[in-house]
Parts: sequence; structure tokens; C-alpha cells
Amino acid sequence: MIHGVLAVAMVALSAWAVATFPRSVLVFLLFQGSLLFTYLARIPAWLRGALFAVALLVLMPVIGYYNGYYLEVATQVGIFVALALGLNIVVGLAGLLDLGYVAFFAVGAYTWAIFGSPQANLIFGGGAFPLAPGWFYPFLLVGLLVAAGTGLLLGLPVLRLHGDYLAIVTLGFGEVIRVLANNLDKPINITNGPKGITPIVRPPMPFGLPTSEAFYFLVLVIVAVVIVVNRRLEDSHIGRAWEAIREDQLAAQAMGVPLVRAKLLAFACGASFAGVMGVVFSAKQVFINPESFTFLESIGVLAMVILGGMGSIPGAVIGATVVTVLNLQVLKGLSLWLNELKNAGVTVLGYSLTDLPTQLEPAKYERMIFGVILILMMIFRPQGIFPVRRRARELER
Amino acid sequence: MSRYPVRVTAVLLAALALVALPAGSHLTAQGKGTIKIATQSPLSGGQAALGEGIKLGTQLAVEKFKGNLEKMGYKVELVPFDDQAKPDVGVANAKNIIADKDILVVIGHLNSGVAIPSSEVYKEVNLAMISPANTNPTITDRGYASVYRVCGRDDVQGVVGSEFAHATLKAKTAFVIHDKTTYGQGVAEFFKADAEKKGIKVLGFEGTEEKSNFDPIITPIKAKNPDLIYFGGIYEQAGPFFKQAREKGVKSKFLGPDGMDSSDLTKIGGKAVVGMHYTSVAGPVSVYPQAKQFAEDYKKKFGKNPEPFAAQAYDATAIAVKAIEATAKGGKAPTREAVTAAIRGVRHTGITGSVEFDAKGDPKKALYFVLQVVSDNPEKWGDNKEVKRLVIAAPSK
Amino acid sequence: MDYPLLVGIFPQVLLDGIILGFMYALIALGYTMVYGVLEFINFAHSEIFIVGAFVGVEILLSLKGAGLLETLPWPLVLVLILVAGMAGSAALAVSVERIAYRPLRAAPRLIPLISAIGVSFFLQDLIRLVESVWRNAFNLVYPTMDVLNERFELTSTLDVSVKSLVVIVAALLMLWALHAIVNRTKVGTAIRAVAEDQAAASLMGINVNRIISLTFLIGGAMGGAAGVLFGVQYGLINPYSGFIPGLKAFTAAVLGGIGNIPGAMVGGIVLGLLEAFAASYLSLLTGGAFGAEYKDIFAFSVLILILIFRPKGLLGEVVRERA
Repeated sequence: MIHGVLAVAMVALSAWAVATFPRSVLVFLLFQGSLLFTYLARIPAWLRGALFAVALLVLMPVIGYYNGYYLEVATQVGIFVALALGLNIVVGLAGLLDLGYVAFFAVGAYTWAIFGSPQANLIFGGGAFPLAPGWFYPFLLVGLLVAAGTGLLLGLPVLRLHGDYLAIVTLGFGEVIRVLANNLDKPINITNGPKGITPIVRPPMPFGLPTSEAFYFLVLVIVAVVIVVNRRLEDSHIGRAWEAIREDQLAAQAMGVPLVRAKLLAFACGASFAGVMGVVFSAKQVFINPESFTFLESIGVLAMVILGGMGSIPGAVIGATVVTVLNLQVLKGLSLWLNELKNAGVTVLGYSLTDLPTQLEPAKYERMIFGVILILMMIFRPQGIFPVRRRARELER
Repeated sequence: MSRYPVRVTAVLLAALALVALPAGSHLTAQGKGTIKIATQSPLSGGQAALGEGIKLGTQLAVEKFKGNLEKMGYKVELVPFDDQAKPDVGVANAKNIIADKDILVVIGHLNSGVAIPSSEVYKEVNLAMISPANTNPTITDRGYASVYRVCGRDDVQGVVGSEFAHATLKAKTAFVIHDKTTYGQGVAEFFKADAEKKGIKVLGFEGTEEKSNFDPIITPIKAKNPDLIYFGGIYEQAGPFFKQAREKGVKSKFLGPDGMDSSDLTKIGGKAVVGMHYTSVAGPVSVYPQAKQFAEDYKKKFGKNPEPFAAQAYDATAIAVKAIEATAKGGKAPTREAVTAAIRGVRHTGITGSVEFDAKGDPKKALYFVLQVVSDNPEKWGDNKEVKRLVIAAPSK
Repeated sequence: MDYPLLVGIFPQVLLDGIILGFMYALIALGYTMVYGVLEFINFAHSEIFIVGAFVGVEILLSLKGAGLLETLPWPLVLVLILVAGMAGSAALAVSVERIAYRPLRAAPRLIPLISAIGVSFFLQDLIRLVESVWRNAFNLVYPTMDVLNERFELTSTLDVSVKSLVVIVAALLMLWALHAIVNRTKVGTAIRAVAEDQAAASLMGINVNRIISLTFLIGGAMGGAAGVLFGVQYGLINPYSGFIPGLKAFTAAVLGGIGNIPGAMVGGIVLGLLEAFAASYLSLLTGGAFGAEYKDIFAFSVLILILIFRPKGLLGEVVRERA
């Protein structure tokens, strides 16, 4: 009971606070925290569902209307949640370490970018392209299929490999896709190389929504679908087959799990989520080039999955949220705040911050702080933020 | 945290609320009569050196030119953002920037790949972006009223290089290398196309992301022995390349674009780069007293020589301040729309020549210098000799 | 096609590939030794490697500042920076293990991997911070010693510089020394025992923690030596220079069979040769349609092919499936 009251109060209070102080990062964190509390609190499922629906469907867009930055953060969080959930299938459930996951994201993104821009004219000739904006929606499916196909393509040759051999091959595959995207501007211009593709057509916005709101809702819908699919998969026989492979491949095989099919399916499923989000990403950005699909992005998504708790759906969601918010908001907010203190000439222990040499500017060390957080997190909570129950028990033993 | 996640979360949230609410109110209370100029460039990661140059150039200009605005009663501040050379981070920062109404102009970016999607965001609120470094023609060819640049275009600078190679160096054969970035490949392609038109035989056209080991690329070049090697890229990569090429006995002449314009080129390349030529919009320090002043101030304040594009950032900021002053003259607080419009009318003679914008936001006429490196002493970078001057108008297309 | 040209540059490309290969081999040893005992990828090894290069350049720059660089005999200077670079990297490797990996020894294998990624991010920017405060510079240039740049023309298309010879000789010495330590000394036996079975080794009275530290020490020292040689050979380093060579060396370690010390050497040299030949020849053979930029694709494709036919790498033995 008290939990229910608290949850409602927190969501309401933080929403009010965000509306009143639309520029404060801390207040927005409070809003996000209240959602986390709502998820954890012991309250009836209907109340939890209702609070989430109100917060995500009503409050968030309204907040976003006043400060588009938050909506952008929310949209990017959604994109990375879908990526983390996809990778979670491959790494978390099936136990196949994939260091080149962002390749599938790239494949999806380029699928729409090429056909949703005049770029395709260079390949096929004529002037039929860009496709009409309405084609975006069917292309969500096309992106999914192309990415899943790419997943199979990668899966086939590497089925015999284990552990870290698999890791290096997927890493190589990710680099191959990026380098191909960077170089396929000759002999035939397919990807336009490092110069990237622009302008990419955006989909028609339903109900006359503003662009950022429309993308927010689109991402929200996709994330919801992805979560449902993930849930169903986890409890299905194929999900159990994956976990069996992860725990002991030989035993799984002995019990009649079709190794080849299960592993290929894992790659294809994981890839398809990334493919869909790639299509959305390219339309949202209007421009893509290979710089968005580097090895570091793959590492970032992997860090999200493991930080949240491998194999756990809420874990992947919170991992993606924490990393994205940390990168886009908390660390940025921190350096902006320090910069403000510096501009205001605040003194700390008799030392004026204005005299701070430019080498020590806080804006330059965001990645360093992120690194420290990763290390501390792994040392003090190796099972992740929301571990799968079974794994948590294993670690406590 | 594992035993009582709900309570812990609640307590943490309460603590956050206690901090956040006062901090939030502090934030909104601030900002009356403050004018902010934002920079967006990579401040961390592999391209941080160039990105920081942009930030420092802006900082120097803000400090130098803010006097008039302060007399009018405004506080002028610099807000540096780190875009990490990543498009998604750049876009999120851009959303954050447009949410801060005090920011009237953005100086940035370093990477065209980040500038293009970010400027889509600035355009939404008519916030001016003046780019010091994005030479990709697409940037202004989109025809956005809020996008300006003070640097040249690839399709102009590449042609300047080939004109010089043909008319002055009398090169019959050339080998073209680039760094596989939007900038390097862009300028190299235009060089190649125009050089071939002028009858120079291009013996090879190679792109490489390699940063340290150029042996395998140099070997075929040495065997082919071209009259001239054109390097489309930045000094950090060109320096080691030129040095290794000379060490291996390559005797060709060297030529490059304005990415070479840094005293670090001689620091890295040593004797190998003495006598080489580069094209730049920034005039030699010895001829332009203003440029000399800039180089000295920069060195004095930050303890190092300016990076390429720092001078452009300085000029971009000077133009921005002029435009803001013009709109603030009536006594009204300047708005983004007014500043964006005012920039078009600014005529500014800065350290990279006199700038006046055409309808697309390009400098109307680009005055290019061809400079020759005279000494292997980095301190004498300023003595580099002006060999030729070329005036070329931006293509109007 | 220009056949005389293709044939003419062959020996030079071969030599370039071997030099690059030795560099990869030295770095790959760090990955492979750690993998051998702990079965995890020490992602931060690329930073440990580049720290060696930074120690080397700092010493050279201070010698130059003191005017000693020209007066001291150059072999002495080389030995000095090599030893210092090895010491610096080794110390760093041991402390990283102590702080960021040891608490995670019991955790699943992916946990230390993420921690290692954190260490890698942290070290990159820490090096940058230190260098920007200390030297106010991002790129550091190895001061040139003229002796090292002298070249011998063996044929009209093949020449070799003194520093390339130094790299080859130093790398061979290191590899030989490591081989001797691992196979002929008591410590080496202990390392192999720990790699085989930690529990059994500890029952035999081997101090497992000490051996693991020692593994990091040796791997770090090899990485540091590679760092110094990298700086001497290519001349320019920055805090992020270690990342790509580190990635390649890791690839080399897997190519040779990860956990296998001779495998790392073979893998390194194979990868170095592949890269050199791809970068030099692709453009010539395809008439410019595909160029040097495809060298990584080429290297990775060959890696995938090799792993399809030898799933445990070139020299890796097919071991029993571990649970």
C-alpha cells in the first residue's frame, strides 16, 4: 500500500519538477529514478502498468515538448534498449560472445539510407529514388530481414568456433562491414564512402505529430514489441535450448538440442532487432556515414548488456538506460556545471577555478569517468544491476 | 542493494530530490542578460587535438571581442560541448544546446559527419552554426539559412592544389593519398579529377586509415616514382607518412591541403617536410599582422601553437560576436533569428582573409594561399613563405 | 599489368611485413600469456603497450634536453629506453591486474572483460591528461637518432634501415628469452602448471596469485618493449595509438591459437605479412578498384578462413571441451 502511494507521489512530484525546471539534469534524473522505483515497488500490476503508461505515453512527450533534449535522450535510450535486447539474445541467452554487433545496426541503417535517398539512383540508374516516405514502414520489415540474413551469413561459417575464437571472428566481421561501408564508393558507388548518405527521407508523421515526438513514439512501439518478443522467446523451447547451449553445449547436444539451428536462430534474432532500429536511426538522423558504426559502439552495447545483468530483459533495459543517460546527460551535465562554476569564478580551497589550466577542462575527461564507473561496477556488482535470478544465486554461492 | 532494492532506491531518490530541486531552481533563476556561445567539437578521443583547437580558438576570440557586449550589460560566456566525433552524441548535444535559450550561436563541428545531422537540429530553431572546419560541399549545398562556414570547400581547395601542381610545380605525374575521412577523401578526389583534366597523370589513388605504419604503401610509390605526392588529410597522419617516405628514399615533391597547416607538421616530419607546399585560406603570419598577433596570443595563453582550424574558429567567433552586437544595438535582447540573419550581413576581415557570405552560407570568394615550409624548426612555422595566391569563387550550382 | 614492378617490390614488402609481424608478435604475447592462465581477454593490453612507448619517448626527450642524446653511445640509449619501457609497462600491467582483475577472479569470464574495457578507457585518457599537463602535447615525436635512420641499399628495390634491423634483432632476442623462461626455468614450469590447472597447481604448493602477477609482469614487459620499438620504428605516438595495433595483435594471438606462446609469434608474423602484401599489392593487382584500404578486410577474411579449417588457430591444439 505504502509503496503504491509512494510510487504515484514520486512520479507526480518528479513530473511536476521537470515541468517547472526544464533545464535541470538532476530533476530529469529524478523522473527517471521514479520510473525505476515504480518498477521495483511492490504494487499491483495494474497500477504499475498505469503509471508506466502515463509516464511514457503522456508525461514524457509533454516534457519533451518543453525541452526537446530530454525527448532526444529518451529516443536514444530506446534505440539502445532495442540493441541491448538483441545482443542479450546472442550473448546473454545463447552465450555466444559477439564483438561486432553494431554491424547489423549498420546493415539496417544502410538499407533504408540507400533506398530512402537519391543514392540508389547511382546504383540502378534512373530517377526512381528516393522512395516515397510511406515506404519507410515496409522497410522496417526489409531492414529486419536483411539484418537477419546477414546474421545467418555470419553464423554459418563460425558455428564450429567457441568462446574467444568466436569473439574475434565477430569483431572482424564488424570491422569488415564498417570498412566495406567506408570503401564501397568505388568501383560502384553503393555507400558513398566516408562522405555518407544524405538526405534520407523521413516517414510521414501520423496524426501530424512533430518529428521528435513521432520518432519517440515509433521507438517506444518498437521497444515494446521487442520486449514482448524477447519474453516469449525466453520461455519458448528455443529460448531454453539457447540457455542449455550456454550452460553446456555438449550436454545440450546430447539431449537433442539442434545446435546448428539454435545458434543460427540466435544470430538471426539478435541481428533483426538491430536491423529495425538501424532503419529508424537512419531516418531520424537524416544522414549516416560509417563513423556511427565503429568497434567502440559494439563494445558500448556489450557493456550495457553486462552492466544490466546478462540474460535478463529488465537488465538489458536498465543497462542501456544507465549507459546512455550517463554518457549523454550525467557526464555532460557534470562538465557543463563545472564549466559554469569556472565561468562564475568560484574558488575551491582558496584556488580560483578560473585559473584552471585548459588541459584540465572537465569536458575532456568524460570517457575516463565512464571507464572508472565500469571498473567499479564490475568489482562491486559483477552480476549486473538486475541479474537473472538463477545467475544471482550462482554468484552468491 | 540486493536485499532491499526498493528501499534503497527510495532513499536514493529522496536524497536526489533534496539536491535536485534547489539546484534546479538555481538553474532557472540564472541567465538574465547572459549571451552564450557554444562550441561543439571532439574534446576526447583520437581527434581531440583538432577539436580542442576549435574550442581554444573560440575561447580566445570570445575573450578578445566580448568587450562591447559587456559594455551593453550582457555577460558573455563560452559553453564547450564534446561531440566525441560521434553523430548521435552531436545530435543529443544539439538538442541540449537549443534548449538553452541563452545560446545564440554554435561554432562547430570538426567532422562533417557530425555537423550534418546536428545542423538539422539547429535549423529547427533557426540557431546559427558557423563551421570553422567542415569543408564537405553538402554542408551548405542543402541551402539552410542558419548554416555558415568560414573555411573553404573541398571542391575549391582540391582545384587550387591541382592548379598549383600543374602551373607552378610543372608536375607530370602524381600519386594521391587520402585518409578515408570526409575531408581528406573529398579534397583528394577533387584534386585528382582536376589534375587529370589538366593532363597530370595520376599514377595511383589510395586511401588508408593507417596512422603509423606506411611502409607497404610507400613501397609501390617509390617504385613508380611520381613527380608529386598529394596527401588529402591532416598533419597527424601526413607527418609520419612524409617522414617515412623520405627515409625510404622517395624523392617526389609533397603537397597537401590546409590540414597540414600546423607547426606540429614540422615537429613530426622534421627535415622531410621542408620545402613541401600546402594550400590554406589562412595567410602567412609574416604578412598578416593580425594572424601574427593571434598566433602569439594563442601561444601565450595555452602554451602551444595553434592547430589547423583554430584560426578559422577564431574568425567564426569574431563574426558571430559582430552579428550579435549588431542585433543588440537597438537595446533589445538579441534573438536567434536576428543573429542568424545578421551574420549574412557581416563583413569581416579576419586572420583567414576577409569573409563575406553568399546566399548558401559559403564565403563569397575564397582567397587561397599556397605556402612553402621553410624550416624544420616548429618555432619558425610562422615564417612559411607565400608562394602563390589564388582567388576562386565558390561554385554556385 | 606491370610485372617487373610487381616482382621488383616483392622483397621490400616481405621485409616490411616481417618487421610489422615481429611488432604484432611481441604485443600478442601479452594477450596470449594472460589468456593462457586466466582465460580472459586483457583488453587493456593495448594501453599497457603504448605506455611503454611513452616511457621511452619521455626518457629520450629528457636525454635530449640534457644534451646527452648525441654524446651517449646509441646502443646504450636503446638498451636504456627498452629496459625502462619494459619496466614501466610491466609495473602498470601488474597493478592493473591487482586492482581491476584480481577481485573478479571467480566471476564469469565476461565480467573481467568489461572491467578491462573500463581500464582501457581510463588509461587512454589518463595518459592524455598526464601528457597534456606535463608536455602540453597530444602527439609525441620520437627524437631521431641519425644513426638509426641510415639505410643500406641491398638491391635497387630493397633497402633496410638500421632501426629496422634493431627492431628485428631486439624482437628475436625477446622472443628467445621468453621461450627460455617459460620452458627452461622453474618459474616457467609454474606458469605452465597454473595455466593447465589452477587448483592442482596450488595444491602442489605454487603460489597462484604470485604466478598470475608474474604472467602479467612478463606480458607487460613484452608489450612495453614492443611499445618502444613501435615508437622508434614509426616515430609518432599519441595516447590512442595503442588501440589499433592492440586489436591487430589480439587477432594475431587468436590466429596462432590463443594461449599458445609460439602460436602468438607465428600468428603475428602471418598477420604482418598479410597486411603488408594486401596494402602493397591490392591496388596494383586490381588496377585501383580495390586499394590499401581493404587490407583489414583481407586480413580478417583470411583469419575467418583459417579458423574455419583450424577452429583453434594455427598452432592451437584441439583440447577437451571445457565446461
